Amino acid sequence: MSSVALPLNVVGSSARARQEPPWVRWTLIGLALAFLTLFLFVPLISVFYEALRKGVGVYFASIVEPDALSAIKLTMIAAAIAVPLNVVFGVAAAWAIAKFEFRGKNLLTTLIDLPFSVSPVVSGLIYVLIFGLQGWLGPWLAEHDIQIIFAVPGIVLATIFVTFPFVARELIPLMQAQGSEEEEAAAVLGAGGWQIFSRVTLPNIKWGLLYGAILCNARAMGEFGAVSVVSGHIRGSTNTMPLHVEILYNEYNFAAAFAVASLLALLAVVTLVLKSVVGARAATDGELDHDH
Amino acid sequence: MVVQFRRHSVLPGFNLALGFTLLYLSLIVLIPLSAAFVKTAALSWPAFWATVTTPRVVASYRLTFGASFAAALLNAIFGLLVAWVLVRYRFPGKKVIDALVDLPFALPTAVAGIALTALYAGNGWIGRWLEPFGIKVAFTPLGVFVALTFIGLPFVVRTVQPVLEDVEAELEEAAATLGASRLQTFTRVIFPTILPALVTGFALAFARAVGEYGSVIFIAGNMPMISEITPLLIITKLEQYDYAGATALAVVMLVISFVLLLVINGLQLWSRRRGELR
Repeated sequence: MSSVALPLNVVGSSARARQEPPWVRWTLIGLALAFLTLFLFVPLISVFYEALRKGVGVYFASIVEPDALSAIKLTMIAAAIAVPLNVVFGVAAAWAIAKFEFRGKNLLTTLIDLPFSVSPVVSGLIYVLIFGLQGWLGPWLAEHDIQIIFAVPGIVLATIFVTFPFVARELIPLMQAQGSEEEEAAAVLGAGGWQIFSRVTLPNIKWGLLYGAILCNARAMGEFGAVSVVSGHIRGSTNTMPLHVEILYNEYNFAAAFAVASLLALLAVVTLVLKSVVGARAATDGELDHDH
Repeated sequence: MVVQFRRHSVLPGFNLALGFTLLYLSLIVLIPLSAAFVKTAALSWPAFWATVTTPRVVASYRLTFGASFAAALLNAIFGLLVAWVLVRYRFPGKKVIDALVDLPFALPTAVAGIALTALYAGNGWIGRWLEPFGIKVAFTPLGVFVALTFIGLPFVVRTVQPVLEDVEAELEEAAATLGASRLQTFTRVIFPTILPALVTGFALAFARAVGEYGSVIFIAGNMPMISEITPLLIITKLEQYDYAGATALAVVMLVISFVLLLVINGLQLWSRRRGELR
């Protein structure tokens, strides 16, 4: 047992100075694991347990039912629009902030993080205030028969808002730490803007970019509060997967609710695995280790 | 113009990159957020004040902030413990546990909400063990606390972990050589070093909890005056077509989140300074 419990990065005589007695060590490990089991592991397992409780038949029936399929499709559409847009934005913002010196840079960086500190419900509400019937553009939109709130465009907008900072906040510190010497060398050697970006910058930031995109996607597919405000909850048309889960749950159709929820839980598990893999690749490729 | 406010660089693309950044930021974030403030300005000050201080609203503030504070506090204690165990000890399954800590970031809040409700309901896996003691979690303020603990869990771990990894072995060895016990070394040497990160993590968890909606509404029971959070009140007002009321509450929430954002930025600065001093 004691050989397993040797602390990391401690060698020889210095080990004793940085080590607690085994009983302290194992008590702390036990307490931490008990806390994580209670708050993380058990809830995750329970999703799959509840989903399969009524049998595999009910499980699959709940997933391939038309309303569920339409919710899955809408979730995919929203993510397919929001993630690429926020990737492009993240790259542009990081290029401007990391490679150039200009006034107001700190303010800009803070503003980019703003959507993370806004309550999801408020994130949805602000779009209602602009595009809703009572909103600034409401009357004009109604006149031209364009519907944004309680329709797909509103859901996409709200999704873009809540996932706005993910890619930018991964790339900005990464590109700042890498500096711009390599790009400057390429520019002096006569490379054009696109060449510099695709041949020099992109290979240096690819893992960070992917990491940000993975987190962005997970949030885009899982967002509930913001989307809930703008969706109008029309079954089979403006319901995303999380909203479909809510409707089924409120109808006491627990098995179906957990079946759809289990797909989202699976997405979360895949996200965590990809995140670990990409993080490890970034470290071995010499891309700076981010602060999680 | 441009040359004046930025230093010259040989790299191309500044105007395009910054131009697109500002346009996108304005369209998606700044203009919509300003809508909330402009709409509220239509309300007179007494009307605004009356809307945001009714007893039902005040009760929701008390629950939202109280439960968020308690949850962030529990996360500060256990987050520090988890970070310590992950950085300092080796045990089977450590890599999996480390990855699992981010689950609340990856799991959609609605899924977390229904899972926690099923677990803590009277007949749930955890609820059935608490029921005999008269402890009800689901559909009470205690349930709000449980949900907020779940969603805030990764923040403290992830802010403390890197700082703990950077604590220099020499400092601890010096303390031990000078005769400090292990506990003394922790409280006098290690703890002061990681305190800024711990407080930052606490603030991040608190800020996230205050705005949380999805995981809470399932487990809270949502009884007015008792287990109703402020974000839910905004939705309730919207559903009653009370746009002015919903917007007024949203502005209160926005102002609070901006203040928290400033506090967190200040804390991170403190953290970084502390790191540079070492």
